[in-house]
Amino acid sequence: MAIDPTAFLPPPVVSAGPWAWMRRNLFTDWRQTALTLIVLYAVIRGVPPLLGWLFVDATWQGTRDDCVANGGACWAFVSARWGQFIYGFYPVEERWRVNVTFAVLAVSVVPLVLPMVRGKAWIIGFLLTLYPVLAFCLLYGGVLGLPVVETARWGGFMLTLVVAITGIVGSLPIGILLALGRRSDMPAIRTFCTLFIELFRAVPLITVLFMASVMLPLFLPSGFSLDKLLRALIGVAVFNGALMAEVVRGGLQAIPKGQYEAATAAGMGYWRMMGFVILPQALRLVIPGLVNTWVAIIKDTTLVLIIGLFDLLGIVQAGIADANWLSASVTKTGYVFAAMGFWILCFSLSRYSMYLERRLGLGASR
Amino acid sequence: MTAPFLPPRQIFWTRRRVKSLLVQVVFLGGLAWLAYFLFANTTANLQRQGIASGFGFLSQRAGFDVSLSFLPFTSDSSYGRAFWVAVVNALVLSALGIVLATILGFGLGLARVSKNWLIARLATVYIEIFRNIPLLLQLFFWYFAILRQLPGPKESVVLADLVFLNNRGLYMPRPQVDQGGWVIMVCFVAGLCMALVMTLRARQQRLKTGHGPKSWYWWPIGLVALPLTAFMITGASLSFVIPELRGFNYRGGMLMLPEMLAALLGLGFYIAAAIGEIVRSGIQGVDKGQVEAASALGLARRDIMRLVVLPQAMRIIIPPLATQYLSLAKNTSLAAAIAFPEIISIVAGTTLTQTGQALEAITLAMLFYMGVSLSIAAVMNFLNYRVLRHGN
Repeated sequence: MAIDPTAFLPPPVVSAGPWAWMRRNLFTDWRQTALTLIVLYAVIRGVPPLLGWLFVDATWQGTRDDCVANGGACWAFVSARWGQFIYGFYPVEERWRVNVTFAVLAVSVVPLVLPMVRGKAWIIGFLLTLYPVLAFCLLYGGVLGLPVVETARWGGFMLTLVVAITGIVGSLPIGILLALGRRSDMPAIRTFCTLFIELFRAVPLITVLFMASVMLPLFLPSGFSLDKLLRALIGVAVFNGALMAEVVRGGLQAIPKGQYEAATAAGMGYWRMMGFVILPQALRLVIPGLVNTWVAIIKDTTLVLIIGLFDLLGIVQAGIADANWLSASVTKTGYVFAAMGFWILCFSLSRYSMYLERRLGLGASR
Repeated sequence: MTAPFLPPRQIFWTRRRVKSLLVQVVFLGGLAWLAYFLFANTTANLQRQGIASGFGFLSQRAGFDVSLSFLPFTSDSSYGRAFWVAVVNALVLSALGIVLATILGFGLGLARVSKNWLIARLATVYIEIFRNIPLLLQLFFWYFAILRQLPGPKESVVLADLVFLNNRGLYMPRPQVDQGGWVIMVCFVAGLCMALVMTLRARQQRLKTGHGPKSWYWWPIGLVALPLTAFMITGASLSFVIPELRGFNYRGGMLMLPEMLAALLGLGFYIAAAIGEIVRSGIQGVDKGQVEAASALGLARRDIMRLVVLPQAMRIIIPPLATQYLSLAKNTSLAAAIAFPEIISIVAGTTLTQTGQALEAITLAMLFYMGVSLSIAAVMNFLNYRVLRHGN
């Protein structure tokens, strides 16, 4: 007679519920248990003081002396300097222009990230052609009776956005041209583009910014001077263009040869083939890579402070050196505030890139 | 009767090769014109401003001091020497940073794929925080908000009465060998070479025959036993100079300046986050069947990771890892902002301001970074080639 083997098995261990979960994920064996306990102890010792510093002991209103007395973060410093952190030295009565510029941007970007909206090409076209002109007119002024605001007065978060967006928008066409050039079958153009890309990829952004700020004036005819901000923007766009070129090249290489042949067979010339057949597919493939490069561009905008522009970090740095606020708590608070600003921007962008990767099904091939 | 098929007649300059040639000639012509235009402007500008040109300034007296130098340097040394001081500083910082970032990054990557929920979560939090905050901001935070705010030498943070941390830097014990130090060094190097040769020979034999002698014990012999024997035979004595508080400052021992420490921590922690993600995706990129097969063979979880998963993951990991090392070496330039004396602060900063020779200074700086980039790329390409061929 066959014996039912299940009759001898012990009753199943609880495999659902919080206890089972904890046994599975935290206390698998003695080694994991020890590790969990050590880490748990560190977290319990570390997190409450951090939260205490951030919120409980923090000073929300007052002066430096209140902050020093309370011992926590000095949010009073941030709120006192809020206007400067956002707008730099932009005149108070003209700040609405900055608001309008970025509000228009926000309104046009929101439909771009929503999957169901149609006609995105028009929005992108607007953002790449008309919007920069509009933004320049609004921010700099000098037309339509708007008073001129010199770029030396731009600063804070607004300048960070200006540098980041110009870097993002300006580097894409440069990158596409360089990538096409590097894959061109004309030796002169291919060599030039390869050298250009590799040169800029081999040096850090600071050297390019220094080049733009001290060498560019030497290159230009005397009497012809470029604005300091403009020089930095050129440097940022060209440098990131070289990085962008490598991302785009990855996409170009992934397009099967048949697409090129089909386009040629259909009688298309080089530019039509690239513009209507190859690039739309290649760029779609590398969208996550492009967004990752944008995150890097946003983080790199901080470097402009080294050549004397006041981006968000630069203006925070200047603020904490103010004799009225000088203290350890203000220093920490200032950096934590700037870090939060950058973190929110970069984190949301990188999450968006991951979402795109999933939605476009690009990550599956790995 | 039908006419024979003929290709459409082409005008001369629309023929493919002719067109390509024309485009290239025009392009090169434009480039040459641009180069001439820039050159003419530059020479005119330099003449007008009375700035010398050429690298003659490198042999002139620099006249500034450097806070950290591994080469002998005084303010009477030349600009050329200052350049080399900066090169060594940047290389030392890169090397230490790469070691720190690699150790921390692999730890983070392994923690990310850990079965322990708490550890995996903590690693994720670390990575998401550190990689989404600009490096420059992190350097400022370490330097201005942490290290500069430390108490003075008298209220130092003390670790086991050996290591002292205060606003002047990190003081550590310095090992000191009174005599025959070089003999021990020679023995150490010889031991290293010996262990390396034995390992390679054992591996070759293993690859050829499938069996090879065990070779791990050559490492303790070469690296520990041999120098130790030399140490005892020569009768040298090893002592540690422990820093002690004299007056207002610590004397003796090794000092790591706050600039150096902040740059190291900032670079190491920032790049470690990126390396952690690379290691994670490398491990997850290894086919699941490999893990299942290994556990079916009865390998322990640790051995599966060490013997099966990591060697295969390395193929995926090495190319992006090389990019991160490159980026670390290039990012040492940001340490200029916290007054660490490297290429940017010495060459593109002080030297440029004192001599006014922007062209030469920036060219020097760029040449340095290009040299570093090319060397790292070459080394990593070689490693990658080896990994692809041998698997480890």
